[in-house]
Amino acid sequence: MAEGVLEIDRISKRYGSTVALQDMAFTVRAGELFGFVGSNGAGKTTTMRIVLGVLAADSGEVRWGGQPVGFETRRRIGYMPEERGLYPKMKVLDQLVYLAELHGMPANQALRSAETWVARLGLRDRRDDEVQKLSLGNQQRVQLAAALVHEPEVLVLDEPFSGLDPVAVDVMSEVLREQAAAGVPVVFSSHQLDLVERLCHRIGIVRNGQMVACGTVDDLRTGGGTRLVVDVPNARPGWTDGLPGVTVVSVDGTRSVLELAAGGDDQAVLNAALATGPVREFSRHQPSLTELFRNVVTQESGDKAV
Amino acid sequence: MSTTTPPGLNPYRAVLLVGRREFVSRVRTRSFVIGTIVIIAMIAGYVLLQTFLFSQNNKDRVGFTGQATVLGQPLKQTAETLGKQVEIQDVTSLDQGETLVRDGELDALVSGAPDALRVTVKDDLDEPLRAALNAIVQQQVLDAQLAEAGLDPRQVRQNMADVKVEVNSLEPADPQRGERLAVGLMIAFLLYFSLAGFGTMVAQGVVEEKASRVVEVLLATVRPWQLLTGKILGIGAVGLVQILIIGAAGAGLASATDVLTVPSMAFSAVAAGVLWYLLGFLLYATVFAASGSLVSRQEDTQSVVSPTLMVIMIAFVAGFSLLAQDPTSSTVAVMSLIPPFAPILMPSRMVLGVAPAWQVGLSVVLALAAIGVLIWLGGRIYANAVLRTGARVKLRDALR
Repeated sequence: MAEGVLEIDRISKRYGSTVALQDMAFTVRAGELFGFVGSNGAGKTTTMRIVLGVLAADSGEVRWGGQPVGFETRRRIGYMPEERGLYPKMKVLDQLVYLAELHGMPANQALRSAETWVARLGLRDRRDDEVQKLSLGNQQRVQLAAALVHEPEVLVLDEPFSGLDPVAVDVMSEVLREQAAAGVPVVFSSHQLDLVERLCHRIGIVRNGQMVACGTVDDLRTGGGTRLVVDVPNARPGWTDGLPGVTVVSVDGTRSVLELAAGGDDQAVLNAALATGPVREFSRHQPSLTELFRNVVTQESGDKAV
Repeated sequence: MSTTTPPGLNPYRAVLLVGRREFVSRVRTRSFVIGTIVIIAMIAGYVLLQTFLFSQNNKDRVGFTGQATVLGQPLKQTAETLGKQVEIQDVTSLDQGETLVRDGELDALVSGAPDALRVTVKDDLDEPLRAALNAIVQQQVLDAQLAEAGLDPRQVRQNMADVKVEVNSLEPADPQRGERLAVGLMIAFLLYFSLAGFGTMVAQGVVEEKASRVVEVLLATVRPWQLLTGKILGIGAVGLVQILIIGAAGAGLASATDVLTVPSMAFSAVAAGVLWYLLGFLLYATVFAASGSLVSRQEDTQSVVSPTLMVIMIAFVAGFSLLAQDPTSSTVAVMSLIPPFAPILMPSRMVLGVAPAWQVGLSVVLALAAIGVLIWLGGRIYANAVLRTGARVKLRDALR
């Protein structure tokens, strides 16, 4: 069961009196794309740095294939740090070969792999340029190549999509999908929620150093009850009063957004709506990840007020 | 999956890979090539200047005309005992000789009878040459009077030659002291330049990796000590190559131009320089690396390396001024035993020939001990601080 699974098991980290992470826990299975979302400073980067051993956790454990991640296992992780990590004055290909060799590849294999990735990511013309002379988007491609060049068994990418143009986003998405399809667990953080929603099998939302929601987008939706959009032109205000488990979220003219508590009956709402006269619209609203995320953030400020 | 072991990376290969990158990427830089050429040009300039002054001062061309022609060889010999090289030339007429003197082709023209010599010069007669000519004239007069008195001038001269004051010098001066001093100071300068330059390069390299966050990627696969060792060995090798190139060029120039009376001195100077470069670099490199690891931005590098640079500078300035005044200075002798100063002062003293073997041995032992301590301490600071980005890391926190 634990084979090919990256487990982040209740890791905590404090800086003085500030709690950066508290019992952060999630797992990424083989072949899974895991999206890691949360506000700035929520603890995503700290978590990734701990997985890579760049930072030591105060407590908790990171396991790969059932074994605690140690120095030797770390070499098999492909990592893309948030603020990028490349030698600015080193040539693209030389840099990739060097990193591959440092991860234990023999020289000729390192060269072959570096050339493959340079070609795959459309950097062939820039292979002999210094990294600092490349555009930010191209530097990012080199950074991805650097994370992949040693054929890692796990991928941990901090904001791989930030600053990319739409074409590069497609290339990056495709590469990540491919890696996952090849059985590599992929974790990445991003603020581009639509992208995360489209790409990821599972998503974790982090808030204040804790995982507050984790699962597929559908899982996340079911947690929050159902929303109904109803357009009833002839209804009087208060037409939903007395319906069990229904609360009004917002009213815009004749259009109301209703929240139906878990287990509530939407057909009862429809009957009540029809009783007021014509019904122009009656739909279940599927909240996007952005809305789900916003809920979490709203809850956050609510928590603070208490 | 987790059971497949990737090709291993043993610690030596990690150090080798890191060191190779440091070496290759730095030897190729323009600053390295230009720096090396500039220093060689400076040494070449110095050597050529010395050779020029040497030929100017010590070789005078003296023309002889008329009866004076017979005095050419005696003058040459007499001048030689006074430490003066003279080139003699026969001139057919007084007029021609004067023209040659005016044109600077001859330094002096000697004419007239042997007991009443006249010397024509352009402006002034060189003092040793005047003394030699006076001695010859006086000799001529003396010979004539001895012959008149019925004595054999040759016999008298022989007897006189045997009588000499016996000099008993308590501290015999080294005839090559000037040369030794020049070479010694050059070595001090070269070591100062290399240790400060390549030491700073180590610190900059550490900061560059921190600033670009590449250190996060590297330390996921190599250990801090491997990264540090590779960096120090790689940059150290660059410095060594530079010293060897400069040393070879200097020694080659010196032996090609006779600027040194004992050419082998150049080689022993290079050997002393290389030994102390290695000791000095190992001594300072971890300190520079540890200093660099405390900051995360290139702009802050200068502030953390300046205390170390100051120590190197003190060694150089103190050594340079004190040694030039008095090579046997006891202050320098004491300083040259202390590890931070030894790498610059001891090789100069070795070249000057004023360092007894026991002092050399002691300074090497002390330097090695200091290297051991600093590598331990510096490595610890480096390992603790290199992943802490953001504000400058306090030394106290890094030592924990």
